[in-house]
Formats: sequence, C-alpha cells, structure tokens
Amino acid sequence: MRAEQVDPRDWSAHPDQQHADYKSTLLRSQDRRLVPVRHSLAELTAPLFGRDAVAEMDNDLTANAALAAEPLGERIVVSGRVLEEGGRPVAGALVEVWQANAAGRYAHAGDDHDAPLDPNFLGAGRTVTGRDGRYRFVTIRPGAYPWRNHPNAWRPAHIHFSLFGRAFVQRLVTQMYFPGDPLLAWDPIFQSVSDPDARQRLVSKFSLALTEPGWALGFEFDIVLRGRRRTPMED
Amino acid sequence: MPRQTPSQTIGPFFAHAMTPRGGPFRASAGERIDRGRSAGARIRIEGTVRDGAGKPVPDAMIELWQVGPDGRPSFRGFGRSATDVDGRYGFETVKPSSCGPGFAPHVSLIVFARGMLNHAFTRLYFADEAAANQGDELLTRLPPERRRTLLATPRADSDRPTYEFDIRLQGDEETVFLDA
Repeated sequence: MRAEQVDPRDWSAHPDQQHADYKSTLLRSQDRRLVPVRHSLAELTAPLFGRDAVAEMDNDLTANAALAAEPLGERIVVSGRVLEEGGRPVAGALVEVWQANAAGRYAHAGDDHDAPLDPNFLGAGRTVTGRDGRYRFVTIRPGAYPWRNHPNAWRPAHIHFSLFGRAFVQRLVTQMYFPGDPLLAWDPIFQSVSDPDARQRLVSKFSLALTEPGWALGFEFDIVLRGRRRTPMED
Repeated sequence: MPRQTPSQTIGPFFAHAMTPRGGPFRASAGERIDRGRSAGARIRIEGTVRDGAGKPVPDAMIELWQVGPDGRPSFRGFGRSATDVDGRYGFETVKPSSCGPGFAPHVSLIVFARGMLNHAFTRLYFADEAAANQGDELLTRLPPERRRTLLATPRADSDRPTYEFDIRLQGDEETVFLDA
C-alpha cells in the first residue's frame, strides 16, 4: 500500500505572514505558530475541473465581456506551465485570473480609483491546463494604480492568479508582475518575499516565441506548486 | 529543479472573478454545493470572520473542500463563499463522515483575504460528534481553549441543521491554523 504525500510549503520562498510595510497584515496576520498535522483525505485530494468547467471564451479577456468593441489597451498573450516542484506538469488544473483594466481600474464595486471603467472589459478569466501543464490567456496589459497603504503608494501592474493542484494543500494564489517595472522596488506586497530569487519567480518574462506577429506581445509565466510523492505506508 | 512560486495576497478585488453573483462571468463554484448522488444529511455552515481587533472582515474568501457521507471524495464537495459587509460567510453542503482512523468528520477550509500574504488552512469539526472528536489526532493534541476554535456548534434558532463556525485571524481567540 502506498500513500500520497505533499511536500511542505517552502517558507524560504513564501512571504512572512506579517510584513509591517504592508499595513493590512497588522491585524490580519496570525500570532501563533501553524499547527502541524498529518494530512487527511480532504487535504490530499482536490476538486477536479474538466473542460466543462470553462466556457470557450473564458481564457480570452479581450472577448469574454466585450459588448460592442474590443477593450482599450495593449493586447497581450500570457502563457506558461503549471508544474510541481520536481518538474512534473499539472495537467487539467483550473487556472483563474483577474486584473485591473488598462487604466488601472478593477470592475469591482469597491474600487474607487478615479480612472475610467472599460465597458468591454471585465478582467476575469479562467482556463484548464493541457497535458503538458500549459495554460494561455489573451488579455489587456493592466495599468498600475494608487492605493492607500502609504503616501504616494502605487501597485505595479499585475495579474492575480489562482491555482489548483491534485491536492487541496497545493492550492496557491499569487500575482504575476511584468519585467522592468520600476514600481516593483517600492511595492511592499512584492517585497514581502524576502528572497530575491524567489521574488524574481513572480516576474513574467517577455517572450518573442509567444508574441504574435502584428497582433500581441507575449509574456511567459510558469507557476510551481508544492511537489507530491508516493511513499510506502508504514505497516 | 523548479522551486515553489511565492504566495501573494488575494487582495480586495477578487469578487468579479472568483465569487461573481450574476453578471457575464459564471462562478467556478459557489456557496451551495451540489450533493450529486450522495445521500447524506443536508447542513448549513456559517460564521463570521474577524481580525485581531475583533472587527468583521468584509473582504475575505473562504473555500471548503470535504469528503462525502461515505468518507470518500465521492462528490465535488467544493465551495466558495465571499464574506459580506458583516464578515459573514456560509455554505450549504452535506455532513461528511470520518475519512479514516484518527480523523473525526471534518471539512477543510482555506481563508484568503487582503492583508494575508499566505492563505490559511484550517479544519471545521462538528461539536455534536463528541465521541469521534475524542479519537481525532489533531483535536486531542490541542489544549481545550484552542480545540474549541475548531468546533462548529449546532444552532438552535434555525429550522434546518445549521452549524456556526467563526474564524478569528489573530489574537487570544485565534483559530487554530494548520501547517497543512
């Protein structure tokens, strides 16, 4: 009999839960140490989302909410692979994304940034990875936007990503940034990752191979989840 | 060898994509979990998410994943709920059974929110499963005041079986979060 095991979270890669420069962590971070557990079946399995979970246009954010015209802004392709540590691709994984529009405004009732909404852009998408773990989105390059964390605070352009693996504990929510963005140096959320190598894993790479001639620039962003291994069970 | 991608906060503006109500974009999952062919007792789970000052958290997302009444992942027992202005979340699901020796019936919960750079894992156990809870290898390791934070309590004021499970992100009453 063999049991599935999930490798631990790599705390040298993830942010500390309390990061004083990011003010919202002060009352929302945990004071106590996380309690170790043997994983239960609910933690070692995960919901499966087949192709039926996504509609045809869900991965094209320039079309999935367009009413009359294409959304404004710079059209881009964002693609990459979802992998486990160790390099195994995660096939059939649900990838969900959301983002601000080209002007730096979210289609969210709570966003009061004085920038225009785009009636043809929602900024929500999803897809399921192929056999090689690859996903692909077509979208609009998001704008930077101000927030109230500290004086003259601006979030660098980013796309939010939500990932599922084969086990619920592989779940990951993260943000993808763009190469060369000067705001990264000043962003406490990006800088909450203390290891510079780990931080760079949040920055997509410009890709000429993904760039579609005459149509859209391409950005490559691979995402690595915790590894899984099969181990012999005791007794 | 590829290394883990760092976690980042879900931020405040996920609802139009992750927990939409109506609109052009259909939710991947919601608060009402389709029980499929599983026969178990229908239950409601609800509660308030509070921060270290005891204030309701109105922009959290809670995810639930569980086994079925047969103790197996025999249905898509997955739900998603965004807290409302009062910090309330809720699910309609079926009561799970134990998934094996050392595990009392429980559902797995993840808390995501602005200000949480990593999401937090916890488990919801049922206060009315006292015998099973006494054999649970996590609950029995916790001192009583900590154990209490993982027990959902049946509510008497509802016409259907409803369990209340509050989540405290920080402070004296902090929920037990897991290195899961």
